[in-house]
Amino acid sequence: MGIKVLTGNWAAAYGAKLARVNFISAYPITPQTPIIEKLADFVDKGELKAKLVRVESEHSAMAAVIGAAAVGARAFTATSAQGLFYMYEMIWWAAGARLPIVMGIVTRALAPPWSIWTDHADFLALRDSGWILLFAKNAQEILDTIIQAYKIAENEDVMLPVAVGWDAFIASHTAEPVDVPDQEVVDAYLPEKRSFSHMLDVENPFSLGNLAFPDNYMEYRWLIDAAMASARKVIMEVDREYDRFFGRSYGGLLEKYRCEDANIVVVMMGAASGDGMDAVDALREKGYRVGLCRIRAVRPFPVDEIRELCRNVDAVLVIDRDISFGLGGILASEVKAALYDFKKPSIFNIIAGLGGRDIDAELVEKLILKVCDVLEGRAEMEEVEWVGVKPEVLYYE
Amino acid sequence: MKELRYIAPVALPTTGSLGKTGAWRVMKPVINYDKCIKCMFCWLYCPEGSISEEEGCPVIDYDYCKGCGICAEECPAKAIEMVREA
Repeated sequence: MGIKVLTGNWAAAYGAKLARVNFISAYPITPQTPIIEKLADFVDKGELKAKLVRVESEHSAMAAVIGAAAVGARAFTATSAQGLFYMYEMIWWAAGARLPIVMGIVTRALAPPWSIWTDHADFLALRDSGWILLFAKNAQEILDTIIQAYKIAENEDVMLPVAVGWDAFIASHTAEPVDVPDQEVVDAYLPEKRSFSHMLDVENPFSLGNLAFPDNYMEYRWLIDAAMASARKVIMEVDREYDRFFGRSYGGLLEKYRCEDANIVVVMMGAASGDGMDAVDALREKGYRVGLCRIRAVRPFPVDEIRELCRNVDAVLVIDRDISFGLGGILASEVKAALYDFKKPSIFNIIAGLGGRDIDAELVEKLILKVCDVLEGRAEMEEVEWVGVKPEVLYYE
Repeated sequence: MKELRYIAPVALPTTGSLGKTGAWRVMKPVINYDKCIKCMFCWLYCPEGSISEEEGCPVIDYDYCKGCGICAEECPAKAIEMVREA
């Protein structure tokens, strides 16, 4: 199909269309809505053969998608923030019932105070739900990851739902040139959905998701954890195969940028990683040995990859666009857990960019230089530091 | 390698997997076949699947009927009476 100028959300709609989804259900919420509008447009024009079910809430949207997936449809939904939390019960249900659903999450800060702008609190709230969590940085990666997500979800060693996240407005509403693959190539890459053993079938009736007594509940949780372990390998393979078909890949679980020989590695997730890469470029020009690691998979978490990456690193700077109140940044906690008892570089954690406040290259550069100063004993840094908190918002004159 | 069972919690329908739940009953629905018009509404509404059809007539399986009374409530001919268990 060639290059089209698409927003992140339209790229997601193209991704779902190319994946030949045949069931869509969603409820409108800013900044997600343009995805479903575009998909509705495809269905209306006859370009996509799919059932689009309008519902009265996100809880029902996820319930509808669960029902469709349970009878073998390739199902898609998308939401943001409050909408995601309204469907939260059903989210766990989808994973527990082992249904290969794909959901787009356009990350939006939670209320109150109301916000429609990005941070990663909503996406990261799915951390323990059994969903595979992938995060894209731009429109091209959104389209590509939606297609990859179905291949991961439907892999028989995985059979878990996949959420693909991207940042509100910065990714969702910014138009960029996107290479839209040809349908025939996508069809060759992503075969039709196969049937699976717990697919509902009127000829062989059973109920899905029923009561389990203490004697047999744990086994189903163990199976999800085992499937997550398989997913590590599958995510890598699916991404490598994507490269062979389409000439693009994203490093699987994480993207490493100029990390070779780096003594400081910045860890980020989402659109702002692009600004982080600019900061790395600027500092590399000045001779600093600095690299960036962009987290692409939050679950399964790239534990081995991070250990490998940090083998010869002096400091890790994790910039979290989220906060786990009472602890610190969520990604920093995960990175620390991965590195504990292995080899411990100094780990610094910055909380930034909540509610859509900019994280630009200049800020990341300043933070990296501060870490350099700390390493050389010229400055001090708290284990967790918020940047850019404005006194004039907090206090009277 | 051993063959994996279902990876998701699946229940195949079997009668009485929870034991004879009819023992929970306090009120017992009794069909008066002289009044019964064989509309099978009771069969349709029974949430437990405890009513079956035999030769065109509804028959209650008291081993599993919990005595909820929905059949008596829905019967258009008022042919089902709820009787206290002895």
